[in-house]
Amino acid sequence: MRFVKGFGRFWWDFIVGDDWRIAAGVVVVLAAGALLVANTSAPDGVVAAVVAVGIVAVAIGSIAASALRARGR
Amino acid sequence: MTGDALGVVAATTLASGVEFVEALTIVLAMGTTRGWRSTLIGVGAALATLAVITALAGYALKSWLPEALLQLVVGSLLLIFGLQWLRKAILRAAGLKALHDEEDTFREEVEAARAAGEERRLGLDWFAFVVSFKGVFLEGLEIVFIVITFGLNADSIALATVGAAIGGVIVLAAGLALHKPLARVPENTIKFVVGLLLSTFGTFWAVEGLGWFGPDDASLSWPGGDAALLVLLAAWCALAWATVRLLAPRARQEVA
Repeated sequence: MRFVKGFGRFWWDFIVGDDWRIAAGVVVVLAAGALLVANTSAPDGVVAAVVAVGIVAVAIGSIAASALRARGR
Repeated sequence: MTGDALGVVAATTLASGVEFVEALTIVLAMGTTRGWRSTLIGVGAALATLAVITALAGYALKSWLPEALLQLVVGSLLLIFGLQWLRKAILRAAGLKALHDEEDTFREEVEAARAAGEERRLGLDWFAFVVSFKGVFLEGLEIVFIVITFGLNADSIALATVGAAIGGVIVLAAGLALHKPLARVPENTIKFVVGLLLSTFGTFWAVEGLGWFGPDDASLSWPGGDAALLVLLAAWCALAWATVRLLAPRARQEVA
């Protein structure tokens, strides 16, 4: 059990890192992009632009949250 | 060389170089305090394990996943990874996070190596073996991840491996020549560049991979094709530049 926990913890730290918001945000934005592709006939360029803007918003949110945390210390 | 191929070599060389700088610090600390034999056996074991992981994971992903899904999976992972690197690099550049100091790390590792007891297993100094194995394996795993993701998406694991090998050889050669940690390597600048490249290619491939949810499972196309990579890179550079400029003066004011 300890091995499984340690193994899971290792991969969590490796992929998600110390800010889970980035992984969660990327998943949410890509899921929204997937819905757009699956349910509409939006041109590829529109999907690309919407997803890219969403990802940039995730990056800005994560950097802002980290900066606020760093200042609070 | 195409833009894709150039990006693969640049990203893997830089990422590998910067990770090898950190691994080299640990290996030098173990080698100089506990002896080189067990340390180098630990390094060799870690490199062999990483090579096996690269081959198995690369083959499995390439064989089992359709192209668009592969782009989506590795693009998403690359994006998450890249944004983490970029976030930390921006915070360091703005003075909100401490810079990585190889000389401090070297001193800490040397102290730990001197304080550790003598335990022999399989004829090896077990402490030196385990610490050098873990150091090289953990730093190397990030390189493997980048090699696999870039290699698979650009359809050239070999090119990505060559890029990583170039980075490793340069750092090892410099480390062996100087025989001390590479404290003057501009680690944060390199991590900044790698973060920008990973975020750029991650965004590009993840969006292409969304085509897997479409009616024909085919990859989406960016307007302008591969040229969109340059636009994305410019956008990430602009974002990084703007956030550092915005955060840095405030950080300086708070310190003052």
